[in-house]
Amino acid sequence: MADKKHPTPMLDELEHGPWPSFVSGIKRLRDQHLDERVNGVANDLLGQLEHSYETRKGYWKGGTVSVYGYGGGIIPRFSEVGKQFPESKEFHTLRVQPPAGNHYSTDMLRQLADSWEKWGSGLVTFHGQTGNIMFIGATTENTQHFFDEINEYGFDLGGAGPCVRTAMSCVGSARCEQSCANEHKIHRKLVNNFTDDIHRPALPYKFKFKVSGCPNDCTNSIERADFAVIGTWRDAIKIDQDAFKEYVAVKGRQHVIDNIVTRCPSKCMSLRDDDSLEIDDRNCVKCMHCLNVVPKALSPGDDKGVTLLIGGKRTLKIGDLMGTVIIPFMKLETEEDYDRLVEIAEETIDFWADNGLEHERCGEMIERIGLVNFLEGIGVDVDPNMISHPRESSYVRMDGWDEEAEKWFKRKMEQRQAPASETV
Amino acid sequence: MAKKQMRQAIESGCPDGFQYMHPVMLKNFGQWKYHDHPRPGVLRHVGHSGDVVWTVKAGTQRILDVFTLRKLCDIGDRYADGHVRFTMRSNIEYMVADEAKVEPLINALETAGFVVGGTANSVAMISHTQGWLHCDIPGTDASGVVKAMMDELIDEFKNCNMPNRVHITTSCCQINCGGQGDIAINVQHTKPPKINHDLVANVCERPSVVARCPVAAIRPAQVNGKPSLEVDEKKCICCGACYPPCPPMQINDPEHSKLAIWVGGNHSNARSKPSFQKLVAGGVPNNPPRWPEATMIVKRILKVYKEDAKDWERINDWIDRIGWSRFFELTGLPFTKFHIDNWRGSRKSLNASTHIRF
Repeated sequence: MADKKHPTPMLDELEHGPWPSFVSGIKRLRDQHLDERVNGVANDLLGQLEHSYETRKGYWKGGTVSVYGYGGGIIPRFSEVGKQFPESKEFHTLRVQPPAGNHYSTDMLRQLADSWEKWGSGLVTFHGQTGNIMFIGATTENTQHFFDEINEYGFDLGGAGPCVRTAMSCVGSARCEQSCANEHKIHRKLVNNFTDDIHRPALPYKFKFKVSGCPNDCTNSIERADFAVIGTWRDAIKIDQDAFKEYVAVKGRQHVIDNIVTRCPSKCMSLRDDDSLEIDDRNCVKCMHCLNVVPKALSPGDDKGVTLLIGGKRTLKIGDLMGTVIIPFMKLETEEDYDRLVEIAEETIDFWADNGLEHERCGEMIERIGLVNFLEGIGVDVDPNMISHPRESSYVRMDGWDEEAEKWFKRKMEQRQAPASETV
Repeated sequence: MAKKQMRQAIESGCPDGFQYMHPVMLKNFGQWKYHDHPRPGVLRHVGHSGDVVWTVKAGTQRILDVFTLRKLCDIGDRYADGHVRFTMRSNIEYMVADEAKVEPLINALETAGFVVGGTANSVAMISHTQGWLHCDIPGTDASGVVKAMMDELIDEFKNCNMPNRVHITTSCCQINCGGQGDIAINVQHTKPPKINHDLVANVCERPSVVARCPVAAIRPAQVNGKPSLEVDEKKCICCGACYPPCPPMQINDPEHSKLAIWVGGNHSNARSKPSFQKLVAGGVPNNPPRWPEATMIVKRILKVYKEDAKDWERINDWIDRIGWSRFFELTGLPFTKFHIDNWRGSRKSLNASTHIRF
């Protein structure tokens, strides 16, 4: 037991109410854990947090902590008020990569809990915003012990600092009928190709991969990933007309018109007089809305693949950016397909490492140099699916038009001659 | 003295998830046919094989102590075949193949104090950052704001009464980890950083701090005979970007660091293309321990959205239909000069038409 419990009148207010309380959880570590070290850490953590609540300021500062052989993966935290709260004065977070898809057996979770209470604070989050398991609160010395222990049974650190970061993928094919990809395989193929770039920060800034199995984009990859991989398909939506008619019979025609037909962004559907659904698939943009409304009747087509978007990020420095399309469609069936995906990622990171400024995200570099320069840098051809509309400004130099037009015609001819599986 | 032998790391990277996956999910991987939603907090997925898997989703405090983690594991062992997964928004999910296990599982979770819900058109768990508990640059707390707010929104989490799903996010600084949300509660500083000139030269790499400023308001200066930095306070947009690389440039202020509320961020491609959130309310006090002012505004927006939006409209879809003028009218929030963007590309946010709703 801690000798003297810090009073926490403000935090105590967060023990009321029906939602589970993290304050009660930290107090359990302070009051009920059998290890006095854990009791003391929890007590001083509560004390410092209460101090933050009183003064409305944070009291952690960064530093340099890593495990042997790595340069990142740990968020160092040293207390600025460590004299008052000595037991939690070193309170580093270990970012640990979760299994793809965030699946766990309870046995594995218990093993992680056992290791963590032995070396750390006993506080953990599944998962942080990047996607890591966040083991919150260990001393500099114990980060190494904890890492050694969990590394032996299959866990490795994620990224922190200017490096490739831990990736994230949705539940996808494991449980979702909308999935058009093997998110699990894409996730591990990509991120495990860059373990060196994860563990030894040497890039301009952070670089994130996220994988969503369909355009619902449950991992927020367009808004939050430098490299977004999103499953899609290019043939017709599969319609089970009997199931659709059943839905119309239950919900009524007006509901179907208001909630499905007129909500289609490319106006490509129509409710036939016999209550079956007609879709003009050439104009379907794969937005997912109708599939979300009637998953029992509508499914993605069979010709599945992925779309790649590059450059999503949040505010710092030039404002929020969304990722934009660089590969409208690619198949992911053979090992060669996956190798090509990894190759595009490598080309992207190499080009950005060479051309990005310090602390410049990939999307910011593209904003600065223009998409075309980036595409030329990674060896990808321009495509009208990369834009919302062509240039509006006439301030442009267009010498070399004929050569560029010729490239387009040549590419089109090659595509016509190639087997269907290779065309974009 | 012999050098201590250090253990070489095994650079195994991201672990294989298949080894931990529920067997029915493993067996039907990529072969799911459809799903339905028998009740809030429960999903039922049906495979082409005829196999069925039931998922029960529950909200937790997210910052888990090992006791709570083990309690979640006990429930998983007793009621859910020993497999779990976590969602993007830090909910826990239990999968069972047998319908008879669903009710006892829900009862076990609720008895233990967890909250079953968060599916379909509910208010999902608020995704949040680290805040005062662990971040080095936070203007506010994260877990506390979320706990206080989820206490008030719990019925909307447990039920599915919204026109479409609502994702709420929080962020403890202006520049970093918080995501886009249907509603976002983010720190908004209103005063330039206060500089501790005695420390700058020792702590900060001055050129990188100068380079970090989005509006080039920082320049090197000699202050009291020491190399330091100065800020053009007229230019400064108070974003706090200089604070992480240079802690002596203190941006957080107990009074002047406020909260701002943003709406209409939507990551999905469903219906409209993904959208960024837009500012709707500023000057909200950063008021621990329960942040009542922020919660009140969020509840007001949710109430109007619930009453006025049509089925399947996310908040951005709804505002696209009714227009911003009506949004401010319905919510009673003040429209100010600060709502009009003046950042890069802001002209495209102005109304260059006579499309006006009267």
